[in-house]
Amino acid sequence: MHNMISFKNVSKRFPDGHHALKNIDFTIEAGEMVFVTGHSGAGKSTLLKLIAAIERPTTGDIIISGQNVSQLKHSAIPFLRRNIGLIFQDQKILFDRNVFDNVLLPLQIASFEHKVIAGRIRAALDKVGLLKKEKTLPITLSGGERQRLCIARAVVHRPAILIADEPTGNLDIDYAKDIMGMFRSFNQVGVTVLIATHDATLLEDTQHRILALKQGKLTA
Amino acid sequence: MIQVWLIQHWQTFILTLKRLVLAPITSLLGILVMGIAFSLPVGAYMLLKNLQSLSGQIADSPQLSLYLKLNANQTAVEAVRQRLQQHERVVRFQFIPKDVALLQLQQGSEWTDMVGDLEHNPLPDAFVVNTQNASSEVLEQLQTSMQAWSEIEYVQFDSDWAKRLDALLKLGRLVVLILGTILSVALIAVMFNTIRLQILTKREEIEVTKLIGATDSFIQRPFLYFGAIQGFAGGVMAWLIIALIIQITNDELVTLTQLYTIDFHLQHLSSEDSLSLLVFSAWLGWLGARLSVVSHLWQIEPK
Repeated sequence: MHNMISFKNVSKRFPDGHHALKNIDFTIEAGEMVFVTGHSGAGKSTLLKLIAAIERPTTGDIIISGQNVSQLKHSAIPFLRRNIGLIFQDQKILFDRNVFDNVLLPLQIASFEHKVIAGRIRAALDKVGLLKKEKTLPITLSGGERQRLCIARAVVHRPAILIADEPTGNLDIDYAKDIMGMFRSFNQVGVTVLIATHDATLLEDTQHRILALKQGKLTA
Repeated sequence: MIQVWLIQHWQTFILTLKRLVLAPITSLLGILVMGIAFSLPVGAYMLLKNLQSLSGQIADSPQLSLYLKLNANQTAVEAVRQRLQQHERVVRFQFIPKDVALLQLQQGSEWTDMVGDLEHNPLPDAFVVNTQNASSEVLEQLQTSMQAWSEIEYVQFDSDWAKRLDALLKLGRLVVLILGTILSVALIAVMFNTIRLQILTKREEIEVTKLIGATDSFIQRPFLYFGAIQGFAGGVMAWLIIALIIQITNDELVTLTQLYTIDFHLQHLSSEDSLSLLVFSAWLGWLGARLSVVSHLWQIEPK
């Protein structure tokens, strides 16, 4: 097992003075599944954004599979992100194209070969149970279906790391369990999974590690 | 890898064409604006080229007429002949003795009666000199220097019209240059704004693609293609506008110039000039798009 994600004494202070993260230290090994918990405003989203270099740390080092993200050049960031599947709190679905084309996006960007593209997309849609909806426009999808579309888009290019920010945010408990099951199955095939949630019901019977944040500090 | 790269470019090209076709009115208006703006300097350039070929047609080999003094004798004629033979700028010359000149004059239709009444020959001996093709300044210097020869009464060089045409062409070139520069800047500004609006409407898409690992060049590519394609289409439009103008005006122009016994009709840009026009217009569109993309894309950073 090697380290996939390491935070070494990482702090993040925003220009407005808000101290989002304070001296964070942790390591996640390849193939692990880890939860980040805490109240809203505890710094969960900031922590996830630091991994994908959407935000940069004020101090400290962040190492993603051997690469120091805090020192990464602007031009290298896209290639870091291609190793990460991101599921956003606000979903960021593109409503001007159908389900298939939404999932196509990561493959287009990463210059996948033409002949493998359709197969990859259908495999991803199959995993999240949207195979029959590939021609559908996202506006007609239910909340749960949209979330599954986001997951398909995040995994279609088979990233080593999957990061989800409140993936069960507005879903009822059955849907939420459904989606957690999907994350577990990705984890079982070797993907490192990191999920931020404030939903305690999801964590009740979990055997996975939990990183608890409180006011920008790790408590557990 | 190169194949993938080519496919990506081809896909972007097709996608951009689709976008243009899907918004036909907007695209057509954009192309029309570029076409009309281009057709002004390019049309002026076309006119200039035609005038240049006209002036070349007429003043291919400049001629000077050297009139000797009335009392010039055979020795004087010989002296001038020798000087002309040795002169480096003189290509060939012809001696016209005063008797021959008179004879020619008498044979000319309308002057016959009047010339017949003359008691003695009023004409001087003359040389008609063909010089090397040179600018009107050089020819004028030549005229002055020959004027200073002692045997010569007067050197005539019909430089006025050539000078005027020359000056006119010079002015014309300047106008084309200024017009071209101004309108090019305007077109860059138009393209800049068009792309800015496109970027604004695609803000979300750009943000998402950045988040899932798109490089800057991947994001810029469709906008640059759009600029280049629309610029190219604008160039084609300008070419067509000028072709239309030539079509419409040529008949009238031929009638007019025939009155001046000149064979003159407008010709469209040469194939090289046409190609330059299209390449330049495509480049201009690309440049406007590029400036816009560079100054706007960095503002869209995912939060």
